[in-house]
Amino acid sequence: MKRAAFSQPLMPVALLLPQLIIIAVFFYWPAGEAIYSSFFLQDPFGFGSNYVGADNYTRLAKSSEYAKVAGFTLFFTVLVTFLSLGIALLLAVKADKVIRGAKTYRTLLMWVYAVAPPVAGFLGALLFDQNIGPITDLFAYFGYNLQIGLNYNDTAFAMIVVSVWKQIPVNFIFLLSGLQSIPVAVREAALIDNKSGTRRFWDITFPLLAPTAFFLLIINITYALFDTFGVIDIMVKGNPASNPITLVYKVYTDGFRGSDLGGSSAQSVVLMVLVLALTVMQFRMLERRIHYT
Amino acid sequence: MATVSVTDISKTYPNGAQAVHPASFDIADGELIVLVGPSGCGKSTLLRMVAGLEDITTGDLRIGDRVVNNLDPAERDIAMVFQNYALYPHMSVAKNMAYGLKNRGATKDQIAAKVDEAAKMLSLTPLLDRRPSQLSGGQRQRVAMGRAIVRDPALFLFDEPLSNLDAKLRHQMRVEIRNLQRRLNVTAMYVTHDQVEAMTMADRIFVLNAGKIEQIGTPSEIYRTPASTFVASFMGAPPMNLVSAKGVGRQVLIGDSAISHPCADGDVTLGIRPEQVTLSDTGTIPFKLTLVEELGASRLLHGKIAGQDFVVNTPNDDAALADDLLLDFGLDALHLFDALTGQRL
Amino acid sequence: MTKITHNKKPIRVSDLADHAILIAGALLMLFPVYLAFTTTSHDNITLAREGLQFGFGDQMGANFYAAMFEKGGFSEQIDGTSMLLNSLILGIGFAFGKIVLSMAAAYAIVYFRLRFATFAFWVIFTTILLPLEVRILPSYEVVTGLGMANTYTGLIVPLLASATGTFFFRQFFLSVPEELVEAARIDGAGPGKFFIDILVPLSRTMIAAIFIIMFVYGWNQYLWPTLITTDESLFTLVRGIKQITQSIYEGNDIPEYGQAWALAIIAMLPPVLIVIFFQSWFVKGLVESEK
Repeated sequence: MKRAAFSQPLMPVALLLPQLIIIAVFFYWPAGEAIYSSFFLQDPFGFGSNYVGADNYTRLAKSSEYAKVAGFTLFFTVLVTFLSLGIALLLAVKADKVIRGAKTYRTLLMWVYAVAPPVAGFLGALLFDQNIGPITDLFAYFGYNLQIGLNYNDTAFAMIVVSVWKQIPVNFIFLLSGLQSIPVAVREAALIDNKSGTRRFWDITFPLLAPTAFFLLIINITYALFDTFGVIDIMVKGNPASNPITLVYKVYTDGFRGSDLGGSSAQSVVLMVLVLALTVMQFRMLERRIHYT
Repeated sequence: MATVSVTDISKTYPNGAQAVHPASFDIADGELIVLVGPSGCGKSTLLRMVAGLEDITTGDLRIGDRVVNNLDPAERDIAMVFQNYALYPHMSVAKNMAYGLKNRGATKDQIAAKVDEAAKMLSLTPLLDRRPSQLSGGQRQRVAMGRAIVRDPALFLFDEPLSNLDAKLRHQMRVEIRNLQRRLNVTAMYVTHDQVEAMTMADRIFVLNAGKIEQIGTPSEIYRTPASTFVASFMGAPPMNLVSAKGVGRQVLIGDSAISHPCADGDVTLGIRPEQVTLSDTGTIPFKLTLVEELGASRLLHGKIAGQDFVVNTPNDDAALADDLLLDFGLDALHLFDALTGQRL
Repeated sequence: MTKITHNKKPIRVSDLADHAILIAGALLMLFPVYLAFTTTSHDNITLAREGLQFGFGDQMGANFYAAMFEKGGFSEQIDGTSMLLNSLILGIGFAFGKIVLSMAAAYAIVYFRLRFATFAFWVIFTTILLPLEVRILPSYEVVTGLGMANTYTGLIVPLLASATGTFFFRQFFLSVPEELVEAARIDGAGPGKFFIDILVPLSRTMIAAIFIIMFVYGWNQYLWPTLITTDESLFTLVRGIKQITQSIYEGNDIPEYGQAWALAIIAMLPPVLIVIFFQSWFVKGLVESEK
């Protein structure tokens, strides 16, 4: 609040109300609903639901299918996060270094940000297509028969490739801006202190980039968990049972296709806790970041 | 410790702009050189060329007996203190100082001893474990100094190191840097836009303007015999009065007043330092007073002679002043410059 | 004494390597889209027989025409044009709604003496903890229960229930010098006048940046539109991608690859062009909004 704040009583209420109403109706109500229905089991014939306590949760904990999906989600998240961060870091460091063509490179490396995940999935599905996909042809040339949508591992591979491709630009934009916010004089001081470019990067640049990188870590985990829905939905080609899916996708299939409202809600709640933990971590880190500057 | 020798060094940017015109000079062992000039005059560029942070377009740069043109900054055996200190924000004070040493293969014991010694010298010992963000401006400044000292470099480079400090601290650090440099007997190049810093610290001053070195000299040479109107007006506070005059016969004419002084016929610029003028009833030049600035020990009198702005610095004797005064000065206070080129005649 | 007159550093191998890496990265980003364009320029029979095409053919116009104007879907009622229109409505409606709501809320929180300001802030803030995806099912039920399924309101408004924009404007307003509101008050401006005459003009760049980001975000929405719009006349391009994919894989005769690619390109192009065109605003908004 500002020192010289206005003191009209009604105006701020009127200004806040639309936002608050929308949040109440479309955020708090459904979120509450999710928690509430995670303790109920829907009657399969649609005649109401019964309170079952923590049954939905114990069912999840025992489900080998859920464990498999969770396992893939972890694998997928780790790979997508590190690959896209790693590639983006390499590109950002180089883009920060070159003088000639720097702007062109920046544009060429960031525009994919605007491509919707399902569109990326569509491009991927066709590039990896059984009949017409050039990447499949490439693999066939080396004697491997890539079967997207049929072979679990092949589909997982393609999903990761597409998800990484789609996420490189965001990481690139933030890492480049992080690099550019390191004071020129600090880099020059390092230039005088250390001859080796590689050592300078790991001793000075990287630690100064660490807050950005950590923040991106969280962003990437969130991306891999939630925003890849579109990629996955397109690439499983309507056949999620035999293909790799993530936890969010399972919430969707169980809830909307399997009509297991209680189970799906319990899964939602598990994800909520996960996101909460991530956010808390992020804020912890934000506090530490302040020390640097 | 080393000498620096510069031959025809120049800097041209790819867009054709010439930041530094070819310059040659030598710096003696243990000498402190101050590069001074207005912003954009090329003084920082010149320093950064010596540091290796800017490429040298033409010419030769020697530190000690090595030509270092194509060496990386880290190989030139220099240390630099930056304007914004450029401390590594994620390292403690001790680590900041140790980093350059560590990279040059010093042992742990050597590093510890060096850091300890420098910290004592700069009264940083209690702060060694702090991060730069936990220090005041003056303390950061000391750390930046410490980082340079521990390295025992052949050459110290200072890029406007005091410009971010308040006036009092600046004065204090000025003395401190000068003392340290004397004690360590290290060759140093120091860039500033502040002519007081230049006058008080330098063994020799290089005055730069528009990418050219206008004059090289000791502070008193620069003050007493400025090579051009630019140097005359840049060095000294308040600056030297410069008035248009005419040489006729063996006289210099300012408006209607004449001063007998050897001078070729034609237009000249006449320079007189405000502090070398006295008020006198027998003076030769009429002065029309418009404003008095009280400085405590002295007064600055602003006014006009022959319709041109003129400032007089006179001891404060609390006397009431009339609007029309007469000025007097010794002939050795007169500086004559070419009216067109501004060069000293 | 060796006299060095020209010290131009030779082009170093490492510089070349840097450019090589960057070019490789740029190609990696461009390749799929290049392929999309080349492929769209061929007819379906060629594509079915020979796979994706690396060179340009002559069917580009025909495929884009078919994509934009040929009715398709189960109802035979949608074409690319109607989906494009829906995408624009979603993108612009979302961005606009987001800016209006969040500027108003942030203004109230920052510039008014309000007893429950902190409480309101936390109520709004909490929404960043739970993305729509984790509460998707109950959100769907709530919106359906309110009779908003298959309406633009149902499509756009629930997406507005998040804190991102409010946060951003709050940060920005806090960074506006305090003296400004003091000066404005001395000059006799009330809260309304101050907002319109001072704050909005000051925020212009920020508003533009946020608009771009939100437009792209809204345009690219997939899961929510998939659930809430079953009426094909409300399909957006991104929502339609699924139908397009299905039509390729489930069609019996020769799949309409060319048309499908054309639609994918149309779905991709507007946000991409906006991001490229307003690059500096976009990057500024993105980086600032996450601080």
